[in-house]
Amino acid sequence: MAEVLVYVDHVDGAVRKPTLELLTLARRIGEPVAVALGPGAGDTAAVLAEHGAVRVLTAEAPEFADYLVVPKVDALQAAYEAVTPAAVLVPSSAEAKEIAARLAVRVGSGIITDAIDLESGDEGPVATQSVFAAAFTTRSRITRGTPVITVKPNSAPVEPAPAAGAVEPLAVTFGAAATGTKVVSRTPRESSGRPELTEAAIVVSGGRGVNGSENFSVIEALADSLGAAVGASRAAVDAGWYPHSHQVGQTGKSVSPQLYIASGISGAIQHRAGMQTSKTIVAINKDAEAPIFDLVDYGVVGDLFQVVPQLTEEITTRKG
Amino acid sequence: MSLRIVVCVKYVPDATGDRHFAEDLTVDRDDVDGLLSELDEYAVEQALQIADEADEAEITVLTVGGDDAKDALRKALSMGADKAVHVADDDLHGTDVMGTSLVLAKAVERTGYDLVICGMASTDGTMGVLPAMLAERLGVPQVTLLSQVSVEDGTVRGRRDGDAASEQLEASLPAVVSVTDQSGEARYPSFKGIMAAKKKPVEVLDLEDLEIDGDDVGLKGAWTQVDSAEQRPARTAGTIVKDEGEGGRQLAEFLAAQKFI
Ligand SMILES: Cc1cc2nc3c(=O)[nH]c(=O)nc-3n(C[C@H](O)[C@H](O)[C@H](O)COP(=O)(O)OP(=O)(O)OC[C@H]3O[C@@H](n4cnc5c(N)ncnc54)[C@H](O)[C@@H]3O)c2cc1C
Ligand SMILES: Nc1ncnc2c1ncn2[C@@H]1O[C@H](COP(=O)(O)O)[C@@H](O)[C@H]1O
Repeated sequence: MAEVLVYVDHVDGAVRKPTLELLTLARRIGEPVAVALGPGAGDTAAVLAEHGAVRVLTAEAPEFADYLVVPKVDALQAAYEAVTPAAVLVPSSAEAKEIAARLAVRVGSGIITDAIDLESGDEGPVATQSVFAAAFTTRSRITRGTPVITVKPNSAPVEPAPAAGAVEPLAVTFGAAATGTKVVSRTPRESSGRPELTEAAIVVSGGRGVNGSENFSVIEALADSLGAAVGASRAAVDAGWYPHSHQVGQTGKSVSPQLYIASGISGAIQHRAGMQTSKTIVAINKDAEAPIFDLVDYGVVGDLFQVVPQLTEEITTRKG
Repeated sequence: MSLRIVVCVKYVPDATGDRHFAEDLTVDRDDVDGLLSELDEYAVEQALQIADEADEAEITVLTVGGDDAKDALRKALSMGADKAVHVADDDLHGTDVMGTSLVLAKAVERTGYDLVICGMASTDGTMGVLPAMLAERLGVPQVTLLSQVSVEDGTVRGRRDGDAASEQLEASLPAVVSVTDQSGEARYPSFKGIMAAKKKPVEVLDLEDLEIDGDDVGLKGAWTQVDSAEQRPARTAGTIVKDEGEGGRQLAEFLAAQKFI
């Protein structure tokens, strides 16, 4: 059976959930061979093996952290040449997408980004994408070269599928371009202790209607009662009420949770672009004409400062 | 020495209008209202600010696109760019990102550059990968997804706010940069700017000028193929209640019925 390269997104050896989802999709096409780079790369092997990786190629070098993107492209290319895969699958994070794109140029392959599903087909893998702010669903293939496909989080279930997952060191020679862009300093993002926005099963978002950073505690309290991540509209972010890393939409994060709750958000096309594929959508808005109500499974026309605290209290009571 | 800045701008279907596919499953660009991609306005704005800080600078705006794409160039010129390059050719219809990056790379090289500035993503394709591909093809550093950028003494510096961390980046020119919508609001063209734009030079190039084989671009030469595009079924109308004092509890009831609580 053909091998499929899977690029591993991990933080110091802790594999992020979208990579495990990728392994589920990779197994539909062939045998997953994982590529893990940077500090802790070797520590990823156990969980990758549990989810179907037949081999785990690892490389550690200071270049991966000290320079932007290109060292990782050199490494992924080395893996590509060592494996001659049937396809290369990469999680749709901003950085990983750039790595995939440069690899595609180097090896002369077509690229599809932000797939939401993947199946094997007679003429290679078929990718499903959601485009034009989720107004259309397309199915596409790569017709030249080895398919390079990036996949959005929450596109497939995580499934256990024990495999060998033997760790093999990957030999990487860095090209001249690898040290082109220096990372002079790095300030890690502070963790809120809540689930990662793009990976969360439930997202609770607030918009301009929240009317102030201090009022976001109302949104956070609801999120905590559900074990949810907190999102925000661009209007709320631009006003400085919530950090940009929590923005949902075209120029923020794209989320696809089981449940999305929008409070004080009108539902502009750019916001919808980032949440319209959520399974169940709920909105609270005092304007019955707000376009967000066109999307909802359940909507409450009312003041969020009345409705949201009552909802939080009810959830807390029911959960005992 | 003059700093030569090339800004890549795309003419896209208006996101608030009716975007759809043509019969050949390419994005319909003829029957729809189009405009300069809003995310590329941020690139033009940063180019203008960098040029302001430089002793001497020249900004060229570059687009690959059909006839209408000249509207995007006009807008960028009226914001303050100096000249424009429009790559247009019938053989370009249906070109995908591999082809577009090839064409842009050739056009950028022909124009001459110290700094290329792109938007973070096009609002129609929303891939966000072209700047990285362009840097790969040009063989120069990529300094992408910047929320803040500056150029000094042949070095470009910027801040990239990533998922896990905020990074301060640095590279020598020539380089390819992309900027996000956090980089600062784009200016509106002034009346004077709009009038001046009418006299600014727009060079039109075709594939032959760029020595590109028509078989490497367009629908035939594409590296990807769209097999189907279906309109997403409208979401079935949900339940909407007016809060009469019980809205929160009613909503909790719904969430419990859906097993979220
Ligand atoms: C290129 C581009 C990219 C963009 N990218 C994004 C993006 O990534 N994400 C994004 O979100 N936006 C994005 N936008 C902005 C988008 O167009 C909207 O401006 C934005 O989403 C509006 O945010 P909002 O819904 O919070 O605010 P508004 O549209 O002002 O809506 C606020 C809503 O709150 C309701 N409200 C007010 N008070 C209350 C109350 N007490 N109780 C209940 N309801 C109340 C109002 O009825 C209203 O419907 C982008 C725009 C452009 C041009
Ligand atoms: N046809 C085009 N002409 C000029 N610039 C483009 C074109 N397509 C993409 N770009 C540039 O590349 C950026 C990212 O595009 P994309 O990867 O398609 O999302 C855009 O913001 C533009 O700066």
